[in-house]
Amino acid sequence: MERIKKFHLGKTRREKLITFGLVLVFFGFIEILQATGNLSNLLKGQLVPICAYVVMALSLNLTVGILGELSLGHAGFVSIGAFTGIVIAQVLRPAIESNGLLLLIALAGGGIAAGLIGFLIGIPVLRLRGDYLAIVTLAFGEIIKSLINNLYIGLDSKGLHFSFINDNLRLLEDGKKILSGPLGANGLPRISSFIGGILLVLFTLYFLYRLLGSRLGRAILAMRDNAIAAESVGINITRYKLTAFTMSAFIAGMAGTLFALSFSSVNASKFNVDMSILILVFVVLGGLGNLRGSIIAAGLLTVLPELLRSLRDYRMLAYSVILIAIMLVTNNQILVHWWTQRKKDLKGLFTRLRKSKQGGEG
Amino acid sequence: MSFLSHLINGISLGSIYAIIALGYTMVYGIAKMLNFAHGDVIMVGAYVCFFALNAFGLPPVVSILLAMLVCTVLGIIIERLAYKPLRAAPSLAVLITAIGVSYFLQNGALILWSASPKVFPTIFEGTIRLFDGQLTIGLTTLITIAACIVIMVGLTLFTGKTKMGKAMRACSEDKDAAILMGINVNRTISVTFAIGSGLAAIAGVLLCSAYPLLQPTTGSMPGIKAFTAAVFGGIGSIPGAFLGGILLGIIEIFAKAYISTELSDAIVFLVLILVLLIKPAGLLGKKTVVKV
Repeated sequence: MERIKKFHLGKTRREKLITFGLVLVFFGFIEILQATGNLSNLLKGQLVPICAYVVMALSLNLTVGILGELSLGHAGFVSIGAFTGIVIAQVLRPAIESNGLLLLIALAGGGIAAGLIGFLIGIPVLRLRGDYLAIVTLAFGEIIKSLINNLYIGLDSKGLHFSFINDNLRLLEDGKKILSGPLGANGLPRISSFIGGILLVLFTLYFLYRLLGSRLGRAILAMRDNAIAAESVGINITRYKLTAFTMSAFIAGMAGTLFALSFSSVNASKFNVDMSILILVFVVLGGLGNLRGSIIAAGLLTVLPELLRSLRDYRMLAYSVILIAIMLVTNNQILVHWWTQRKKDLKGLFTRLRKSKQGGEG
Repeated sequence: MSFLSHLINGISLGSIYAIIALGYTMVYGIAKMLNFAHGDVIMVGAYVCFFALNAFGLPPVVSILLAMLVCTVLGIIIERLAYKPLRAAPSLAVLITAIGVSYFLQNGALILWSASPKVFPTIFEGTIRLFDGQLTIGLTTLITIAACIVIMVGLTLFTGKTKMGKAMRACSEDKDAAILMGINVNRTISVTFAIGSGLAAIAGVLLCSAYPLLQPTTGSMPGIKAFTAAVFGGIGSIPGAFLGGILLGIIEIFAKAYISTELSDAIVFLVLILVLLIKPAGLLGKKTVVKV
């Protein structure tokens, strides 16, 4: 993968505040719409998935933008988080009354499970480079999908039962199936809430900004920019890569739990290559390493198909054309040059204005 | 005897993967991009052939040639409109554009031809019986294997002997040096796309002859598997794509027959991962040394 010249990390305090503010303004805006009854039902159903996609995009940005490794299997980690979260939520539902607490525990569980798998996969995989790494992550994503698609989990008074490929759980009378192979998980408690989603987005942002400002984050950035130079000043490449990859999987797992628990039924086929690619599209469109960009891109592109609904059958076609057009315009040398020139002109104008103002006063 | 029959089926499926993988690997070798839309060009080729056979009643050979023509033109148009403006852009930007093209083709097909699956007609009828009828092989299977071998030999000769083929190799070796030698790099890349897309049409017809359900998403999974096959053999290498495709087909059929149908995809990908961990550049790939 080619290195992108300058990454816009937005590490200054002001940049961070703008990003946090953006999320809060969005939250406030939606709450006002909801209170005044102006929120369409379609959009209402999209609120939690939007938050989940935003967190997925942020987590993939850690791998692709900040660590600089292309991953095409992110949906695998999302999937592990989703189904771990489902199992935890179903098992603990009778014991815990508060939905918020239940969601919190499920999120933690989903994240830890995905992080663990990310760690185990990362050990062999991160030795590969570029497109080979991409294809192996894609392969792992497909393997995870295939395994979960053949997994049966049931719960009865004796505890959890697992079976693989064939459904022979042999549940007791009081038992119920949590996961039934290709049919997926049904009758889920829809405990994910919009506010929970926003809190997860804020937590992820805080986490990533803290990471970028820390010693670990600086080591990761140094590694991305020049691995050999980083190694020569004593940065343990394998260890830091693995840490970043595990963290990315951990966050993706939490996003998966949030996502799954906002629906009443989910199956593993949903978390396929297309989903991994969709998240990658968010990250690239938002700008590699640019956290605010990921948030905006994920939010807009999730809503875009809904906004294009009036085009009916042509909406996905329009979506693809918009996607291609954005890539062509943002990578057009002439247009980019023109835009930077205009920005410079504008900046110059402001400085001149300020100076003339000061001059007038003095 | 069932072993032999599985082996032949595996080679046949592998031949289809190999033909698709050739398209991926040639484009990657020269333009250094993963053309995610390749799988969907296969689907378009299959649809064109389907309509030529069913709606216009053209003879099979003409239908296949028509499908190749349409796909070749489509490949050139895609390259000109979507990829050519991005020659200098980072590879991820090109990757996302390719994904956009893939969405475009799938959804265009959905509008033009609807989501309901179409049953692809049998083009090559007949079976061959060997060993007193213990082993039956469909004609489609044999033709698929033969087509793959012909294409392989043809491409090897083309890249080895012709002027255009030499230009292709030069471009994949060092683009800047090729320009200095007076090679028209842009035209070479366009020709590569044209050849890859034309091959995709053949692969589409063969794929649908073997698995006769045709719908707008038909191309995506074989596309991804062929892409893994190309990586498996060492991306950028033509014999590698052939070897990777055939091996992937055999592994898939054997996994389906002897281990588990549900887990066959997982097994294929697991083998891929193991191979890449032992040989990080694929079976026949060149190992690049990074110099400081």
